[in-house]
Amino acid sequence: MGWGIALHGGAGDISKDLPRARKEAVEACLAQCLRLGVSALESSHAALDVAELVVKELEANPVFNAGRGSVLTTDGTVEMEACIMDGPTMNCGAVSGLSTVVHPISLARLVMERTPHIYLAFEGAEAFARQQGLETKEPSYFITKENQERLARAQEKSLVQLDHTVYSTTIIVAHNQDNPGQKKNVKQDILPPTDPQKPEFETVGCVVVDSKGNCVAATSTGGLVNKMVGRIGDTPVVGAGNYANHLCAVSATGRGEAIIRATVAREVAAIMEYKKVPLDVAVEEVIGQRLPAGKGGLVAVSATGDVVMAFNTTGMYRASMKQGGTQEIGIWH
Amino acid sequence: MGVWAIALHGGAGMIAKEKMTADWKKRTEAALNEILDVGIAALRNSLPAVEAVELVVRALEDNTLFNAGKGSVLTNKGTVEMEASIMDGRSKNCGAVSGISTVVHPVSLARLVMDNSPHVYLAFDGAEEFARQQGVETVDTNTFITEENREKLENAKKTNSVELDFSEHAPDDLNSGDNEDTRTNGNGAAHAGYNPGQREIANEKTNDHPDRFAIKKKCALHQVFKAEFETVGCTAVDVWGNCAAATSTGGLVNKMSGRIGDTPIVGAGTYANHLCAVSGTGRGEEFIKHTVAKEVAAIMEYKELPLGKAVYKVIHEKLPENMGGLVAVSTSGEVAMAFNTPSMFRASAQEGGERMIGIW
Repeated sequence: MGWGIALHGGAGDISKDLPRARKEAVEACLAQCLRLGVSALESSHAALDVAELVVKELEANPVFNAGRGSVLTTDGTVEMEACIMDGPTMNCGAVSGLSTVVHPISLARLVMERTPHIYLAFEGAEAFARQQGLETKEPSYFITKENQERLARAQEKSLVQLDHTVYSTTIIVAHNQDNPGQKKNVKQDILPPTDPQKPEFETVGCVVVDSKGNCVAATSTGGLVNKMVGRIGDTPVVGAGNYANHLCAVSATGRGEAIIRATVAREVAAIMEYKKVPLDVAVEEVIGQRLPAGKGGLVAVSATGDVVMAFNTTGMYRASMKQGGTQEIGIWH
Repeated sequence: MGVWAIALHGGAGMIAKEKMTADWKKRTEAALNEILDVGIAALRNSLPAVEAVELVVRALEDNTLFNAGKGSVLTNKGTVEMEASIMDGRSKNCGAVSGISTVVHPVSLARLVMDNSPHVYLAFDGAEEFARQQGVETVDTNTFITEENREKLENAKKTNSVELDFSEHAPDDLNSGDNEDTRTNGNGAAHAGYNPGQREIANEKTNDHPDRFAIKKKCALHQVFKAEFETVGCTAVDVWGNCAAATSTGGLVNKMSGRIGDTPIVGAGTYANHLCAVSGTGRGEEFIKHTVAKEVAAIMEYKELPLGKAVYKVIHEKLPENMGGLVAVSTSGEVAMAFNTPSMFRASAQEGGERMIGIW
């Protein structure tokens, strides 16, 4: 029973016609991050340090939607979130609404280790980052031209969609304030038929089990393209996009809202624990049956050294390796 | 058609019987009865569970006796940052908000996020902006601040500064409430009846983990928060067997600005699916770590236990002592309420069955 590591750069509708330059950039980044993680594990670093290290590297690379290279909100701004969880102690840390912190995952770890809380967001989180002396940069540092283009495309599609769908600015508020006992039943198609959000849900994440069987999960993201300002996804919601306990560690990626509803990361661990099945069986049940098709994927490790990656989208940027095994890097099924 | 059932809470905490004045007790019981009636009326009128829980939580938010909406506790800056969530077990749709400072009914804003936006969770400026866009009732933020809560904040700050002087602790002492040296109440004093022999579970699982996580914590710094965890919440199952849950809170007294607790975290403080609905109250950080609300549902589903047993396991075997409680209902009309703190304001009723209100 040795160490194991798996990392992802996001699941989504990744076209097989991916431009070669991008494919190569992605594969190079995945390989580089995997090497970093493996080398740290081979030097007997603890799972918590390895997971943070790898996610920092993923955040630094603008090819993925986390840290620098984060996708933009509908206002053209960046709001990053991250979460880290230590399986053996179940200590965890999460942050949301960051706009200047170079390594959101490191801030999440500081929330875990240096505050009485688990989750800090927006101004409070930014203030804490400064107080802790974490590296920060101007918001413009995180904004890439590619993401500005993605936002423009998404907003174009949104406008077109708005013309044809029931989603309009005259939505009936669900309550009659004068007569709280008489609510109007509001059921409408909020999401236009074709999701204008770019389908590549490129969160990044890493799960690690070290040679002592300690499992850690770490996840980081810029969120959804054209998301409403203030929108929080699954990444910082412990149990949804990120989770670890004495049995396993899970990092998910995909349509955040669906992952929250399905409490994906926690579900994998709960199925392992209560149904007493191995990691791959638990993962298959969650990704294959509980998470609606096309909505995401995850990477996971178990305390006994299993490494599993699964997705129900067209593709998921991923890499993994077990001690004594060979490295795996992939994009599609 | 099945039977309806409802269970609501006004917060778990450390209120000893002797500490509660007769007047306070009377007002609290009256409020719980009145608000229970709101929920019962809704369910009797065949409103869906998700409507009923929203109505009840709105009433709890209006009442300054509880820590939600008006009467929310204050952050370390003396401001109000409210959060809420709602979940419809039938569809598993959910909505959550955090960092709300002017919206009169955070639970209703959470519902609008669920019904009127492509998202599940909005926070701070973005949530406030959405509130204005949706035309919900907002007031000046000072309206939520009560004199009592200003005092609570001052007291908490005093305790804080005393604790900070004593600390030579390792930085990560701060995160967990479940270690045996600091089983104290929110103000640092050892809780009567505390048994140092319990809670070995966390240590068993460390697998020779690096020392810094296994250190016996010496300082109660993490316990400086006022121990009355008065979140509010409601769970209901309607005549069609659909469950829903809603929770709302001001959070922890003297919390860091920007701190988010378990209330808006689906699976932690609120959860509902085809089996049951759960709303928790207590030390938010513990509810998040242990994904408390989801745990009840998972135990019901995977261990095939009835609601009462699942709730008991979670509150008395998984959640560290003195950390909180929850209320829950199941699709078949069961009601379960449990807490491992000295008190939890609560009320429940079942169609054709008993109604009850309780504090201890």
